[in-house]
Amino acid sequence: MPWDRHQMAARAARELKDGMYVNLGIGIPTLVANHIPEGVSVTLQSENGMLGMGPFPYEGEEDPDLINAGKQTITELPHSAYFDSAQSFAMIRGGKIAMAILGAMEVSEEGDLANWMIPGKLVKGMGGAMDLVAGVGRVVVVMDHANKAGESKVLHRCTLPLTGKAVVDRIITNLGVLDVVEGGLRIVECADGVTAEEIRKATEATLV
Amino acid sequence: MNKVYPDARSALDGLLFDGMLIASGGFGLCGIPELLIAAIREAGTKDLTVASNNAGVDGFGLGVLLETRQVRKMMSSYVGENAEFMRQYLSGELELEFNPQGTLAERMRAGGAGIPGFYTKTGVGTVVAEGKEHKDFDGQTYILERGIVADLSIVKAWKADPTGNLVFRKTARNFNVPAATCGKVCVVEVEEIVPAGSLDPDTIHLPGIYVHRLIQGPHEKRIEQRTVRKREAAPAAATGSEV
Repeated sequence: MPWDRHQMAARAARELKDGMYVNLGIGIPTLVANHIPEGVSVTLQSENGMLGMGPFPYEGEEDPDLINAGKQTITELPHSAYFDSAQSFAMIRGGKIAMAILGAMEVSEEGDLANWMIPGKLVKGMGGAMDLVAGVGRVVVVMDHANKAGESKVLHRCTLPLTGKAVVDRIITNLGVLDVVEGGLRIVECADGVTAEEIRKATEATLV
Repeated sequence: MNKVYPDARSALDGLLFDGMLIASGGFGLCGIPELLIAAIREAGTKDLTVASNNAGVDGFGLGVLLETRQVRKMMSSYVGENAEFMRQYLSGELELEFNPQGTLAERMRAGGAGIPGFYTKTGVGTVVAEGKEHKDFDGQTYILERGIVADLSIVKAWKADPTGNLVFRKTARNFNVPAATCGKVCVVEVEEIVPAGSLDPDTIHLPGIYVHRLIQGPHEKRIEQRTVRKREAAPAAATGSEV
């Protein structure tokens, strides 16, 4: 059985190491926060200006001055800190954030990432994604292996406008885990009940 | 010198002109200068270029200046959640310059700090890099981005003293600090102007040297995505049900 979105998030959460400062993207990456392993303490960065992002508030305790990068109301933790957007991206660009876990529309065998724009369709913007992939220590992508039409999202080359070139380190899909290595992608793990052969069939990119 | 003005209209008096570049603070609807935006709408200033991370929503934030067609061009990183924006952009009425969020923040910071340009890895190999100078440092490629100096900065803070020393609240600080520094003139709206001496100098987020005019007023502070959790459940991090 391929992983569902919660299992993908749980697998991505195993990438986290104790003490890490991490930025989680919108969508499945946000769910990673639900699956942080026992004994692992990480600090979540929200690129609109906060370290130490806490859970959603209880009803009636929402604060319009306290939101995450998805504009959702959140809360602070005892170790939280606030700062401005220039400072926020200084720590991102400066390599102080250990890892970003992001969603994707397409990933290539060279680690190119496309996740911000579909030409001719609704164009919303890249937000902080280009800065994150250019600056953080390690970029982990979490996405479905294929799109709704059943076509592979793990490609030789991205067809959509790029967010970053050669920036992805690891891809976690519903079928398994792949690393970007010299010459292509390497399967490092299969989802329970999924075979390497099934991943191969579902992947356009070169596997080594 | 008195920096405190009675209202937004008087604080903007003599500063607005057609075709000007305005830098605005705020992220989504959080920490936006809603009183000054309303006054710019009333003033009817046209052909504005606005550097702001987002463009507000329909009917609130910078969205109100889009409705009145006062904006010619936006410099932003993310413009979802705004149907009127999309309509004007897709029909070619509105120009849009996408900036990666950190690049936009740093362009403002640099402009305010007297730095005309800087090299960044952000956007290398993407459409953002097209037409920009590329330069290698220590084996890595960077692109040149220009600092922004705006004709006017519009900023929202939580508290100010009469000299313009500012304190922000939580994540409402966001782009307000870099935006404030990059304007030739900076007008700030706050929830409360407190007497001189009542802010601890060690806790000032932005010193008054950057602030030229100041107003105080009630803020609506609309919430864009109200997300809450149930009382019995206490997950470890930012998740829960949307309502």
